[in-house]
Amino acid sequence: MEQVIANGFYLGAQYALIALGLTLIFALMNVLNFAHGQMYVLGGFISYTVYGQLGLPFVVALLASGVTLAVIGALMEKFLFRTVIKRSLREESTMLLAAATAFFFDAVILLIFGEKQRGVPKIVKGVFNEGGIIMPYDRMVVGVLALVFIAAFVLYMQYSRVGRAMRALAQDRVAAQLMGVQVDRYSMIGFAMGAMLAGIVGGLLVTITGVNSGIGGPISIKAFMMVMIGGAGVVGGAIAGGFILGMMESVGLTVLREYGDVTYLVIFAALMVFLSIRPNGLMGKPWG
Amino acid sequence: MTRSVKIASVAAFLAIVFIAVPVLISVSGRFDLYYTLTSVALLSIASAGVWLTFYIGRINIGQGAYALMGGYVSAILVVTHGWSFWPTLPAAGLSCAAASVLIGLPILRLRGVYFAMVTLVLTEVARLLALALPITNGAKGMVSIPLPGALSIFGLTIIPDFATLHNARLAFYLLAVALMVVCFAVVYRLVHSRVGKLCQSLQQNEELASSIGVNIAYLRVIAYAVSSFFGGVAGAIFAAISQSIYPSSFTVIDSVNFMLNCFLGGLGYVFGPMLGTLVLYFGWDLLFQTGRFQLLIYSTLMIVLMLFLPNGLLSLAATTRKKG
Repeated sequence: MEQVIANGFYLGAQYALIALGLTLIFALMNVLNFAHGQMYVLGGFISYTVYGQLGLPFVVALLASGVTLAVIGALMEKFLFRTVIKRSLREESTMLLAAATAFFFDAVILLIFGEKQRGVPKIVKGVFNEGGIIMPYDRMVVGVLALVFIAAFVLYMQYSRVGRAMRALAQDRVAAQLMGVQVDRYSMIGFAMGAMLAGIVGGLLVTITGVNSGIGGPISIKAFMMVMIGGAGVVGGAIAGGFILGMMESVGLTVLREYGDVTYLVIFAALMVFLSIRPNGLMGKPWG
Repeated sequence: MTRSVKIASVAAFLAIVFIAVPVLISVSGRFDLYYTLTSVALLSIASAGVWLTFYIGRINIGQGAYALMGGYVSAILVVTHGWSFWPTLPAAGLSCAAASVLIGLPILRLRGVYFAMVTLVLTEVARLLALALPITNGAKGMVSIPLPGALSIFGLTIIPDFATLHNARLAFYLLAVALMVVCFAVVYRLVHSRVGKLCQSLQQNEELASSIGVNIAYLRVIAYAVSSFFGGVAGAIFAAISQSIYPSSFTVIDSVNFMLNCFLGGLGYVFGPMLGTLVLYFGWDLLFQTGRFQLLIYSTLMIVLMLFLPNGLLSLAATTRKKG
């Protein structure tokens, strides 16, 4: 059981980091970023190229993933989402745009990196084995790094000037604008940060699970679920949702093993029941 | 539009789909187009359902679940219980509508992205259920479903046995198009009735609508049930055409595509989903020749379309009319 909980924590830390980016974009722009999973895959492939192919240090690879995705995110906000939100009669139209960008990234990733599963050499060798818990060191490093990034993100949002502006935007766009917050600028920064987080997780996880061009969609669905559990557009909710999903997955795979491949069915069913009781998730604002 | 213009355009549309298209196809010899057009008709029926949920202000990414369910209901009734195909068609629709009432009562309380994401999850649930339940035959799916038999009332054969037909493709095409016409007529009638106005009030402000005495809970369940009925019927015919159904017949991608069809055609127009489906499906097919660049060009075109026509293709016609 200790093993199961340790695995759950490790999964949860990664999931929470994915969900944070998604929820940030949603909170600021009211955009459900369908391409989040594809951004994650892109980040993974960039790390694969820099660290696995070119042989540069892992930190450089992680940095490259984050920066590239941040630039892509900023450009997407400036040239695509901002324009469509301005011209469209209904806010939901951005969903078509988001889905189209997801297809676009899928196509680009497939053309550039091919359809093969890619992995990189381990960043740290060896296995931790004590007190009934077996965990490779590289997983622990990645888990700790994910926790560090989560903490850094939360502190940044809480105490920096940019973070305060973004929180104000998420709370009330018009009021923030009246108080002199430059809405366009901070929307762009927020989108870039969300994309960067996706890229960083991709870069972290390529060292463990590897990456292939087909996993973007499923990752997006998982990220949506975490955001729903915690409540859309809330930083604390995304972190909670990530850890809850990670734990449920880890426990479910062990407990429900004898019934066949039903873990996800049970999780989905539980989620639907949960949402019909608490429509806004654990801590979401109403009608996010 | 005046009444006579409306009647003339409907008559023209019927003449095109029922007479001109079959004639053109038999002249040109492109019989494969029947399959494409049948698919477009069926997908646009399912998309019309999604459009109806958009009309009450909900983003529905769960139509794939009902299409899958409709397909399985029809397939199981035909294969396991020996029913004829025709009664399974309303049975598939009705069972989907009944299921959607049960599911819809709790989840229709959700709004915005919450509803969108729950319905997305619903599609996954349907696929996993189809894999896990004993009655659906798991991942192997239901195969070699017999073609629809003859339908006769009082000894009079209305629809001949599809298996004996020289050209079953044409028969399926006519069936799908006829159903599409009926479905869009129903949606059109619904939207332009008192109920349609009430649904529009839901789209704009539910609390306000509720405060002046609109029974919002009842209305949204009805709209969702009609929507799922369409999905079930479309899925049932799909199963009959391909004579098989698998858990992966309708997945999240299909659900997303149903939604995209509505967006592309235009959310403010009843016939938006029909046009959107036609354009998306044919666009994808035409780009097949570009090989590995197919998805790249397709998605780029979609982004460009969205940038310049964010309110759908039909908004183009609307703005020119306003100017003129």
